[in-house]
Amino acid sequence: MVTASKGQVRVITGNAVGAYGAMVCRPEVIAAYPITPQSEIAEQLAQFKANGIIDAEYVEVEGENSAMNVVLGASIAGARVFTATSSYGLVFMYDALQEASGFRAPIVMVNANRETPGIHAVSSGQQDMISARDTGWVQIIVENDQEILDQVIMAYRLAEDNDILLPVMVNYDGFYLSYLAEAVEIPQVEDVDAFLSPLKKQPPRQRLVPGLPIGCGTHGIEMGYVEARYKHCQAMERVKNKVDEIDKAFGDYFGRYYGGQIEEYRMDDADIVVISSGSAAGTVKTVVDAKRDEGVKVGLIKLRLFRPFPAERLIEVLKGKKAVGVIDRSVCFGWKYGPICTELKALTADFGPMPVLSYIDGLANLDITVPHIGRVIDEVDAAARGKPYQDVTWIPME
Amino acid sequence: MVIKHKNIFTTESPWSDSGKVLLCLDTGSWRTERPVLDVAKCNYCGLCALYCPPQCMKDMGDHYEVNLAYCKGCGICATECPRKAITMVPEGEFSDGDS
Repeated sequence: MVTASKGQVRVITGNAVGAYGAMVCRPEVIAAYPITPQSEIAEQLAQFKANGIIDAEYVEVEGENSAMNVVLGASIAGARVFTATSSYGLVFMYDALQEASGFRAPIVMVNANRETPGIHAVSSGQQDMISARDTGWVQIIVENDQEILDQVIMAYRLAEDNDILLPVMVNYDGFYLSYLAEAVEIPQVEDVDAFLSPLKKQPPRQRLVPGLPIGCGTHGIEMGYVEARYKHCQAMERVKNKVDEIDKAFGDYFGRYYGGQIEEYRMDDADIVVISSGSAAGTVKTVVDAKRDEGVKVGLIKLRLFRPFPAERLIEVLKGKKAVGVIDRSVCFGWKYGPICTELKALTADFGPMPVLSYIDGLANLDITVPHIGRVIDEVDAAARGKPYQDVTWIPME
Repeated sequence: MVIKHKNIFTTESPWSDSGKVLLCLDTGSWRTERPVLDVAKCNYCGLCALYCPPQCMKDMGDHYEVNLAYCKGCGICATECPRKAITMVPEGEFSDGDS
């Protein structure tokens, strides 16, 4: 089996990793507007451009809405594009997000998760990406710096696949990962070229060409619109297996596997399950190990793919388990469970009746701590043994 | 689910040949002014065609002519024309039934 050569190991922040992830994929057009906690990506990419390390058009824009529209235009003209944002930057491009997915533009964007209300909520939380759930984008959540880099590379392979042609948002916890420096192996650009080379073997995608007027986008009325929406939803369904395939191909080549749609940690013989996502999943793994030492048969499902929701794989791994606790780092206004828990509950009829406990924690820079997770596991364990339980718990409020 | 719908778009993304699929309805009927070109002043620079929002300027080889089926009369071509070769004329002054 052909494998990649050893990459350069550097100790860099999650934001810098995002920029390196874009760099090794050789984007042709970049437009990004700085916003806390993502600013370093916009700066680092501009530095790459100034130093001649990337051969891309770097378009300075006056805001995120323009950033998304610039990369959208470039994408439908056939370019590989990259942008990055956070929080209300994501909110500011809300209409453009829907345009981009309606155009089926294979844009890759990094989003440093942050709470959303305007300039006031300068703190970590997944509310930004959760609130962009129905914009038609593929949404992936990663756990650590290395995964940011690897997922950006995999995101291009996914987005630009002719079976998919969808924009992909790679999410990581702002503040936690954006400023956390970790040792990261940066693959050689030539190896990334090789990994992305299957895209070049496809027929070139339809694109805008000067002088040849052609229409694109979900601008139609009646059946033209319905057809575009139907195809979009069908493509979303295809994303699930494609994410697993790309993860396998990436691991075979670069030596790092992430599990595809979900990562299963000590799930094989688990009786009870914790579902978590993002950087908190790392802490959950530590607590799962400790609880295992105490004899509690607990496992973790790290949700990597949020949109499309990995329903089939979740059903498969949850079948036969006794109880599950879901830790959400955001809220659902008007629906008492956390957003990921709400989605999971829609599958209850398929994975079988069992206690499903919703936990809200880690909002606004509050840590999802080892004691918090220990408590979750204890309560899920008790629920599995038939003890009464609270269906929703806001951990910081107790 | 049995799909009875016959696809309108031949591509996975909703791309359409604008001449065949998009520009098939007369959308210029509510125009109140139309651009009129003074061919003698036109030097065929193409700015009117470049700026035209519905892209309905027809390339005639030595000048551009507006396609009145799609022109909404916005006047951008007249404003952008560096030689002031285009004048916006109220539709009431025409009796060709295009308005």
